[in-house]
Amino acid sequence: MTASVIKLATTADDHHIARMAAFALGLTVLEAAIPSPLPGVKPGLANIVTLIVLARYGWRVAAWVSLLRVVAGGLVMGSFLSPGFFLSLSGAVCSLAILAACHNLPQRWFGAVTHSIFAAFAHIAGQLLLVYFWLIPHAGLAYLLPIFAAAALIFGTVNGLIAARFTAMPESHEEVTV
Amino acid sequence: MSYISNHLKIGDWLVLFAGALFTLWLASLVWHGGAADKAVIRSGGKLFRELPLSRDLELEVPGPLGNSKISIRNHQARIASDPSPRQYCVRQGWLKQAGEIAICLPNQVSLELTGSSKRYDSLSY
Repeated sequence: MTASVIKLATTADDHHIARMAAFALGLTVLEAAIPSPLPGVKPGLANIVTLIVLARYGWRVAAWVSLLRVVAGGLVMGSFLSPGFFLSLSGAVCSLAILAACHNLPQRWFGAVTHSIFAAFAHIAGQLLLVYFWLIPHAGLAYLLPIFAAAALIFGTVNGLIAARFTAMPESHEEVTV
Repeated sequence: MSYISNHLKIGDWLVLFAGALFTLWLASLVWHGGAADKAVIRSGGKLFRELPLSRDLELEVPGPLGNSKISIRNHQARIASDPSPRQYCVRQGWLKQAGEIAICLPNQVSLELTGSSKRYDSLSY
């Protein structure tokens, strides 16, 4: 019996997307080790990769990297198809939707920090909507909104600054440091 | 600081500022809605009296051990004295927010503040 080999034809683009998604996945795993005071309050380090990819290669590649990271993250963390996975997915989808819009803002005035803050707010909004309509349909959830908003603002700004710094670096340099 | 200013453009500052305003607005909207306007007093599990917090007064509520004294002042309410041995409800002091409650278990008297929106004292995920 001969072993059958299935070979998918991949392009350099695919490899590049996979490499970026792998960076993001590494940050997701790293972040899982950081204790959180409240479920949902997380730095979202993996989004730094999404932002850099968005600035360098455009929205389509960023969407691939972000969604691959969510699916692979679910598999690695063992939360695939669990509520946590869907929360992550809804956050990522909302973030990407708003990034598609604010990616078109004039680059002279708006940088990665703007993208990051919008994405962070969209991320938590998407998650909270899913939580409200699916998991905890309870008005008491509203009391946590300011905490989530403050976390989105702080982490969004910090991630945006980090992404802006890496985006500003020459590409070859980045390959060495990341 | 130069690191931050190097990577923040004018629009970024605007978005940051707008985000901060939005967060503060959200906080004031959500956290100040919990103002109490009524005191609900129960004795032996039954409703004894519902009083508005706008009027200052003192009230004696009878229970199996004796009378608990409730006072309302400055939109706040407390159990001023109670015959229960451990005095937990008295030591709780003034109740201010909707959803706060003081319960004198041995004397079966409770004082709860309610508002337009009911606050929850616990949420589980």
